Amino acid sequence: MSEYTGVRGAAWFRTLTGQASPMSGDPASVLTADVPLGNDNARFLCVVPDPHARFPCARQGQVGLEEAYTLATRVREVIERDKNGTKQPIIAIVDVKSQAYGRREETAAIFLAAAAAADAYGSARLAGHPVITLVVGHALSGGFLTHGYQANRILAFDDDGVMIHAMHKEAAARITRRSVEDLEKLGKTIAPLSYDIRDYAKLGLLHKLLHVENPENPSEQEAQNVRNELIAAIVDARNGPVDLRNRLQSKEAIETRKASILVRAILEAQWMEK
Amino acid sequence: MNNERDDTNFINRQSFIELDARERAKALFDVGTARELAGPFDRLESPWLPMQDVTPQADDGCVVMKGKISGQAAVVVALEGAFQGGSMGEVSGAKLTAALDLACADNEKGIPTSAVMLLETGGVRLQEANLGLAAIAEIMASILALRKHAPVICVTAGTVGCFGGMSLAAGLSSYVVMTHEARLGLNGPEVIEQESGVDEFDSSDRALIWAIHGGEQRYATGVADALVDDDTQQVADAIRHFISKGVPAVHRSSQVGLYRNRIEALDPSRQWDPRELRETWGTNGSEEVKR
Repeated sequence: MSEYTGVRGAAWFRTLTGQASPMSGDPASVLTADVPLGNDNARFLCVVPDPHARFPCARQGQVGLEEAYTLATRVREVIERDKNGTKQPIIAIVDVKSQAYGRREETAAIFLAAAAAADAYGSARLAGHPVITLVVGHALSGGFLTHGYQANRILAFDDDGVMIHAMHKEAAARITRRSVEDLEKLGKTIAPLSYDIRDYAKLGLLHKLLHVENPENPSEQEAQNVRNELIAAIVDARNGPVDLRNRLQSKEAIETRKASILVRAILEAQWMEK
Repeated sequence: MNNERDDTNFINRQSFIELDARERAKALFDVGTARELAGPFDRLESPWLPMQDVTPQADDGCVVMKGKISGQAAVVVALEGAFQGGSMGEVSGAKLTAALDLACADNEKGIPTSAVMLLETGGVRLQEANLGLAAIAEIMASILALRKHAPVICVTAGTVGCFGGMSLAAGLSSYVVMTHEARLGLNGPEVIEQESGVDEFDSSDRALIWAIHGGEQRYATGVADALVDDDTQQVADAIRHFISKGVPAVHRSSQVGLYRNRIEALDPSRQWDPRELRETWGTNGSEEVKR
């Protein structure tokens, strides 16, 4: 299983945008760029590690207070800009270790900061912007809720360096009072517990799994393939509703998320009675 | 609200915290209007817990009730802190999302319907891991859609509090109501100590925990909208008050410029006394709830 390095996010941001620096006034941990993508002008966002970040608990690629409010600012800028025009795509490149675990963060209400970023992404989606998430590395816990999980469509690479999960393995094992070995064993039969991205795909939440031979140092051909997949996802998002119902309608979701589908059906039937 | 407690009222009050999720939800409606949806007799249990030798519960720790509050349609969703720490699994998460979506659809049809979430939860249920996290992302999306039409009110009464991913759901709410016994935060003290060390957060320091996560502090720094006693009447009054206020002009989670500036003004080179923040963040936007 992969160790988080924080290399992939920056590598893919550079590959897809040709840029590698934050916008003026932003912390070094949030990269934003507007670049042509197909017939659109897409805004790309990525959180990367900044060993010199002001907040000590957010120096290794965690999403902290500054990262969350910067993402919120840069996403809201696009909503405001396109208010009366074509809703341009927003692409979240995701490689985040987690949310920041710190006393300062809790004191300054990081829950609200994280909500503000999710608000911006979700509001962009509701306003009609295609919001596409590309998971190139880790997408963990509150970090993913803050940056990426409100997208219309989620794409992810299919290799062992990719991990989408609620909590890293050691902590999840500790809290559920299991050994890491037991947790890994359970993950083989219980898909939502697995740390393997191919098992995550069985949950039906992904738009598509992509394969890249060398995800830390992609070739130009591979980069072009990924761009094409992003463009296809944008088209698909524009042709669909602005909510997240697609996450329950995929072939995999119909199989794995049966309970969710049943709950919705029963609640809907009982809602109108009387 | 007066900080000095009226002893007679205090003794005669009906505790809200001591109620279970079902009783809490019911207590908020106009008398005789509440009915439970997808209740325990529908046996919507977690399919994932039995596979792990954990006993499921017939309501998955999530109670949905529909009825009237102040004569207007409302749905209340209450999480049961006594079942798996109020954690969000596939079924409990789907119940909350579906309730919010149905309320949203009613608003779009011209039937004003508010939503109240009673959140006592540690966040994702780790036995359902990725489906819990996905459920929270969907709950957040549904709050965003509904709150354009009608207020979404979050109540954290205690004693579990509201942590993990569900703290983002609280952050997206139109209004947050807390008691003195409630806590609200993204990361609980134990998690911070584990991830960042005891120097960062000593999870045995009760005073520090309450100073940071407690209802009084959250209210005094303007990130919660009402602070009430552990009194069912006061909780119900606060909800009626916010339903009558309707959708706020700008939701707190959309006030990005204000909070970005506030974060920029902080000095991260040291730990702060949480009280410092009360002076700089104040109670702008929050308000007292009249008894």
